[in-house]
Amino acid sequence: MNWLIDFFGDAANWSGPDGIPTRILEHLEFSAAAFLIAAVIAVPLGLLIGHTGRGALLVLVSANAARALPTLGLLVLVVLLIGVGTVLPILIPLVVLAVPPILVNTYEGVRGVDADLRDAAYGMGLRGRQVLFQVLTPSALPLILLGLRLSAIQVVSTATVAAFVGLGGLGRFIIDGLATKTYSDVIGGAVLIALLALAVQLGFTLLNRVVVSPGVRQVR
Amino acid sequence: MNDEPLIRWDWIARNWDNGSPFAIKTLLESHVVLAFLPVVFGLLIALPLGVACARWRWLYQPTAGAMNVVYSLPSIVLFSIFLSVTGLSWSTVIIPLTFFTLAVLIPAVVDGLGSVPEHVRQSAVAMGFRPLRRLIQVELPVAVPVVLGGLRVATVSSISLVSVGALIGQGGLGNLFTDGWQRQFYTPIIVGIVLIVLLAVLSDGLLVLAQRLLTPWSRARRRTA
Repeated sequence: MNWLIDFFGDAANWSGPDGIPTRILEHLEFSAAAFLIAAVIAVPLGLLIGHTGRGALLVLVSANAARALPTLGLLVLVVLLIGVGTVLPILIPLVVLAVPPILVNTYEGVRGVDADLRDAAYGMGLRGRQVLFQVLTPSALPLILLGLRLSAIQVVSTATVAAFVGLGGLGRFIIDGLATKTYSDVIGGAVLIALLALAVQLGFTLLNRVVVSPGVRQVR
Repeated sequence: MNDEPLIRWDWIARNWDNGSPFAIKTLLESHVVLAFLPVVFGLLIALPLGVACARWRWLYQPTAGAMNVVYSLPSIVLFSIFLSVTGLSWSTVIIPLTFFTLAVLIPAVVDGLGSVPEHVRQSAVAMGFRPLRRLIQVELPVAVPVVLGGLRVATVSSISLVSVGALIGQGGLGNLFTDGWQRQFYTPIIVGIVLIVLLAVLSDGLLVLAQRLLTPWSRARRRTA
């Protein structure tokens, strides 16, 4: 508890380029960028392979293999290869981390839609694309959102390692704190990241309420 | 950023098994232990907890909530918290990773038990199975595919997460990343990434095989269909 008071009570921690607000903004900046890139890649791809069933095995096997790619190793390698001039080095490993959960859940969501429902939609004269966007996507939405949520949380918590290669974000408090054995900074940074991740979690719960059709929600 | 080649094969040959604590083989061995023990512990804890959550539904919400919080903590955060509790030892990495495994496995066990069709459950009751025997001989086997699905995710992420432990000095192959970073040297980093991915793909394959052996009926059904 004293550590928390040391960290949050210190006025110097609240301003300047290494203050808490700046670090939170930096952290959100690369997390959001990586998450959005991953979503733009993974959601359409997941919908497509779920709908057509083509190439599903290949995509899913590579998604599972990508889960194994260690973020820290990838980050260090990318930074050594292209340097730390921009935020690009942290985006690559984070996107790699974020794509598999979105892709797999979107695919599973579309695949898991009741076959009767799909047939009924075709029977009513809807075309392939209409079936996908008007029937399959809304029904798969809870799973798609689950994938997005898991991925967003992982990105927010893993963006911490950016600090290891000298980039900013909340990881700075943890990595620097560990290096200088200032445990109040480590714990303070940890609390901030956990709060951020919980905020993401809460955001998705609310989003779920708003965008998922009541009919779909009842079934689950 | 330098003229260093991406891979120096002679470095790998020299450092594979040279007796130092940072020999690649030694790191690989500790990586396997650090990655698999949490999965084993996690499974041993998640099975009874998951069964309890499926039996008494009111337990599930708070458990799932707690697990969601744990899941959202960065691994480096848990490692550093446990560093101050356990000191620098294997348990500094194993205990946090066990929690991550639980966060994946408890929902998998609950969903797996939930996937048992009601008519199967009722048939078992009608055949005179008592609750415990029904659980062990009917419900858990039917739940195997879902539980193993969770186990696959948990195993692969555990293998990949161990490497973050290198930041506190206990990371198995992850030590190759910090080493390569400090010396601006590609080879150890690439060796680490390749070995971790190979380890993960191999374990994943073994789990898929285990699923085929544990659920012979799913293949039989496909053959007749």
